[in-house]
Amino acid sequence: MWRFLLPIGILVIIVGFFARGLTLNPGYVPSPLIGKPAPQYELPQLKDLSASVGSESYAGQVALVNVWATWCIECRHEHPFLIELSRTGGVPIYGLNWNDDRDTALAWLDTLGDPYVASAFDPTGEVAIDWGVYAAPETFLIGRDGTVLYKHISPMTPEVWAREFLPRIEAECGELPCSPLPDER
Amino acid sequence: MRGAAVLAVAGRALMRWYVLSVCWLLSSVSWAIDPEPAFDDPVLEAQYQSLVHEVRCLVCQNETIADSNAQLAADLRREIRRMFAAGATRDEVVEFLVARYGEFVLYRPRLQPATWALWGAPVILLMIGGAVFVRVLRSRFSQSMAEDDTS
Repeated sequence: MWRFLLPIGILVIIVGFFARGLTLNPGYVPSPLIGKPAPQYELPQLKDLSASVGSESYAGQVALVNVWATWCIECRHEHPFLIELSRTGGVPIYGLNWNDDRDTALAWLDTLGDPYVASAFDPTGEVAIDWGVYAAPETFLIGRDGTVLYKHISPMTPEVWAREFLPRIEAECGELPCSPLPDER
Repeated sequence: MRGAAVLAVAGRALMRWYVLSVCWLLSSVSWAIDPEPAFDDPVLEAQYQSLVHEVRCLVCQNETIADSNAQLAADLRREIRRMFAAGATRDEVVEFLVARYGEFVLYRPRLQPATWALWGAPVILLMIGGAVFVRVLRSRFSQSMAEDDTS
């Protein structure tokens, strides 16, 4: 009896491991930042290098931080939806322009529209490293206390917004639009 | 006729060896991805090289950041050089990377509860294999002993 059961049992275990392993998406690496305080940063604004933007800009607020670049094709795909979110989403969107050329990036915002309250200009990727960015577009949801609530890699879509972001935002601030904590500002 | 055929075969064999040896020679040449050595200090350089060869480039996941041309890999090499130059230890740099990108950046996972199975499995499999091996040997041995007895 054992002679037959043992190899079959081993086979079942191996198939189980493969079934799990081969269906996972290797491009998705969970961020260790989730549930932790978001990285602090202060960078020049893309549109006005003399002004700055950073984690202080949205302190006390629920906010989105969207990592984008003009060389990133998927960023172009998600752009129209980001524009829509900037009007109806109820949370401010802050951009992080990653490893990009400034003139090209400015032209992009000119032609496609600018969904961002402000975009931080990070041509050397220093801040992007602190955020563990590896595949633009990436969108982080930041809670009122500055915690990273969620990270989405790949384009933001209405489905992802409704499934992953809205419930978390509602849990964080009840009703939209979110207002800053009363004891802050 | 026959001599010419032999010569042709020998020539082809020689040619093959020639091509193979050239390939082998070329394969031992390594092109560094950054034009200059990172550090003048050989100890620091060795430390830097050994680390960048063990850090995964998350853009192209089967390459180390030492081999990858991705911009992210270049940025990470620069950041690691900066940290080593500022006197950071290897552990500190590894901690820096893992805090941002997760354990997956390390090609050699660290020993911790989540990786016990990973590190333990080879030892356990070897022990199981060893046990099976010994059992089979024993049964064969006792079988042949039994046969010797009967003969």
